Amino acid sequence: MAQKMAKPEHPRRNRRDLDDEIDQNLKRAFDKVAEEPLPSRFTDLLEQLRNTEAGGKS
Amino acid sequence: MSDPKEEIVEHIGAMRAFAISLCRNSATADDVVQDALVKAWSNLDKFQQGTNMRAWLFTIVRNTYFSLHRKRKREVEDVDGVMAEKLSQKPEHDGKLVLRDFSQAFDQLTDDQREALVLVGAQGFSYEEAAETCGVALGTIKSRVNRARARLIELMDMDETESIDITDAVTTGVVQSRPAA
Repeated sequence: MAQKMAKPEHPRRNRRDLDDEIDQNLKRAFDKVAEEPLPSRFTDLLEQLRNTEAGGKS
Repeated sequence: MSDPKEEIVEHIGAMRAFAISLCRNSATADDVVQDALVKAWSNLDKFQQGTNMRAWLFTIVRNTYFSLHRKRKREVEDVDGVMAEKLSQKPEHDGKLVLRDFSQAFDQLTDDQREALVLVGAQGFSYEEAAETCGVALGTIKSRVNRARARLIELMDMDETESIDITDAVTTGVVQSRPAA
């Protein structure tokens, strides 16, 4: 195992590049979800929270 | 002037994405985020101005997730099958096969590894911030991230293939899919 055969058509890529590639793909996946418009349950909830607060302070 | 309450609002999208990566199910994730949001809103006085608000909010999402998870135990959750279905319908062009591999490989990580990788890799948290968010030692987070990446590379033979390029539609599946029962 110490002497792995090199595959000339696919030179092994360095770990740092691979890590970056993983991170980039995950970041895109994450951002895609994070940038979705908020479902109405959240906009409704925010409105409720703001109203409660306004009511409590007056 | 910046109202911290309005600042919370800016992080809700990220809270959802983080919750989905924990829950592996978007309906459960939104329940978690809703509870977490209410908690954050009413405990805002405990947030230390000038520190990382997203990390603070993620800690709340995490705590909410674990307490809900304990409550529901192994109650059967609906699998978010929509994206998985789309993936399986895709013709197997050479590139597409690799994309599906990424999603499946991601599902094979342990919960701890997935969480650590999402925080550090996708969210750009420092190891210190991620360790604090998860309530574990710095070395533990480093090791989880390292193992998560190594496992993905191994599962996908990434070091022997061309670079993967994940399209937007499929990428979403990476965050939303859930391990097969």
